[in-house]
Amino acid sequence: MNHAKNLLAFASLTVALGIFLVMSASYAQEAPAAADPAKAQATAPAVAAPAAPAPKLPAYFTGANEDPAKPLWPDATGAATGTWATPAGDGKGDVPDQLKSSDLYDRIAHNLYSINYVWVLIAGFLVMFMQAGFMLVETGLCRAKNAAHTSAMNFLVYPLGCLAFWVYGFAIGWGNWFNGPVPPGWYASLGPGLAALNEGLGLGAAVDAAGKLTGVFSYGLMGTKGFFLGSAVNDVGVLALFFFMMVFMDTTATIPTGAMAERWAWKNFVLFGLWVALPYCLYANWVWGGGFLAQGGINWGLGHGAVDFAGSGVVHAMGGVIALAGAMVLGPRIGKYDSQGRPKAIPCHNVPMVVLGTFILAFGWFGFNPGSTLSGTDLRISFVVVNTMLAGIMGALGAYVALAIKGMKPDPTMLCNGMLAGLVAITAPCAFVDPWAAAVIGTIAGLIVVYSVFFWERLGIDDPVGAISVHGVNGVWGLLCVGIFANGAYGAGWNGVVRDGMVKLYGSDGVRGLLYGDLSQFVMQALNAGVVIVFGFVMAYAWFKISDLITPIRVSKEVEIEGLDMAEVGIPGYTDMPEAEKNLGYGTAMQKSA
Amino acid sequence: MKMVEAIVKPFKLDEVKEALTKAGIQGMTVEEVKGFGRQKGHTELYRGAEYSVDFLPKVRIQILVPDEKAAKVVGVITESAKTGKIGDGKIFVSPVEEVIRIRTGEKGEDAI
Repeated sequence: MNHAKNLLAFASLTVALGIFLVMSASYAQEAPAAADPAKAQATAPAVAAPAAPAPKLPAYFTGANEDPAKPLWPDATGAATGTWATPAGDGKGDVPDQLKSSDLYDRIAHNLYSINYVWVLIAGFLVMFMQAGFMLVETGLCRAKNAAHTSAMNFLVYPLGCLAFWVYGFAIGWGNWFNGPVPPGWYASLGPGLAALNEGLGLGAAVDAAGKLTGVFSYGLMGTKGFFLGSAVNDVGVLALFFFMMVFMDTTATIPTGAMAERWAWKNFVLFGLWVALPYCLYANWVWGGGFLAQGGINWGLGHGAVDFAGSGVVHAMGGVIALAGAMVLGPRIGKYDSQGRPKAIPCHNVPMVVLGTFILAFGWFGFNPGSTLSGTDLRISFVVVNTMLAGIMGALGAYVALAIKGMKPDPTMLCNGMLAGLVAITAPCAFVDPWAAAVIGTIAGLIVVYSVFFWERLGIDDPVGAISVHGVNGVWGLLCVGIFANGAYGAGWNGVVRDGMVKLYGSDGVRGLLYGDLSQFVMQALNAGVVIVFGFVMAYAWFKISDLITPIRVSKEVEIEGLDMAEVGIPGYTDMPEAEKNLGYGTAMQKSA
Repeated sequence: MKMVEAIVKPFKLDEVKEALTKAGIQGMTVEEVKGFGRQKGHTELYRGAEYSVDFLPKVRIQILVPDEKAAKVVGVITESAKTGKIGDGKIFVSPVEEVIRIRTGEKGEDAI
């Protein structure tokens, strides 16, 4: 009876997927006609512009410092970015009748930047709050005897990661942001002050007439400007970018604390918190900071180069791969495998914490993805929000189906993993796909995460919270999804790629996956996924091995059995809980400890 | 005097208590305990992997009764705690040498 139900669920899912695929084919044919002519027109005159005598443009377009004595950029107060409208009854402020159209434009430009800033900052606040979600999910999924330790790791990784990001991470990742390839006519949504981020290292350096480095590299490798946010980058736009990118990095930093929970020695974790900005920011530079993966479209003709809208790869795959390396170096928890090596469950201690944490993460994702436009005036944000939501809910349902196929009860911790998996997978393609594709991406992510959890477990890799499967495996899936499902409607000129052939064929050159006629984008995405897996794993594995020599990575057997709380952080997670209960998962189920 | 100790399923506690009260028993001591008998615990599934629950939760009831009431109390507990399924528990009856009521210093059956 139960089996028949499972079959039915599976059959209906297959039919649904089939319908989606047929629809995708018909969309693919309609796409050229539906292409946005406005975008094509917008790019055309910009290409032609250099031929005509250059019109005089305001400084917030050109970023020029006309008076070296009073440089406008970097702009530490925001005063140079357009003009703040100052209505005044006494005649000293704006008098509407006396404003010229250029004055009006100054005020419009200032408002446009203001909307972008507010959007990016508020989205960043939501992302910062995801730290609370991670803390709840990871702590809830471990045993009561390790609750204080696990939550403390999730807490301290925020200050440690932020410190490292301020000291060196931002400079490495975004110090050469202006090396990023852009299409003609592009402007920075956070103002021209971002041009201050213009020093780095790379291959194929361009030099100016005087033979000095310009900060432009054919293959950018890392940035070198903005250590400690020095005065050279004290610009309102740079600081908005710093904040937004910082909270993203802390998401990566807090992923391994879950996979490595219940046995990771505190001091070794602290070293990790200061180190994690290094691999993260290097790889982020290659994709988001003007590095060689973003330049893959220009250099190698592979689609638009690496496209990762909000970080399935940069944030999640990187975090998941570090988590994998960490869990491998640490080894499984005592009691995870029996004497024959068969996996045994170690039940978690608080399911409502896990569910609450998942809700907080899903809420925070509404900052994570749409905030990654870095622009509140880019109206695509509503697509991003809906796609994010659909992928998340379908992820939870996909995990439900996978559990049903395997004849299991709907374990809420797995359903939560499913929702997070869907959210991780949609993070890279969220701006480039149709809602139906978001639903498919999320469903598959939910199926993948269940099988992936069992897969790693059978391999002998103990991941108490499923971080490797949620973030690593589905991060890679998300990267590939851009190369499969991106429909070409959005992202014209992304990473500076405007191919005449595509413009002729479709009217504009948006980001396009293989279902919509650009196989090279898929190749680039696969290449990008390969880079994050290999680079992230090698860096992390080497780091954990080396840091183990500095201070041991794993607590002693006694401490692990006793619980890490008292030995490592000096206070139990639950002070009034009977000793016997602390070793337990669900309330009354007593566990063999070895 | 006899000490009747019954180890029963936790959800049966209320029924047992009511049946005993009806049978005229005026006091009892109850505690939550864990253990196993011939059934040897059971296995559960969590995130796809099995784990064994070796000690099952039970409730232990202690009732002090005069000798002549012991058989009746045992009968009441047996009837009210029974589900007929594995894990219903056990009852132990043992002699008690002395009972003292702390407040008054009364001894023997007067102190029950």
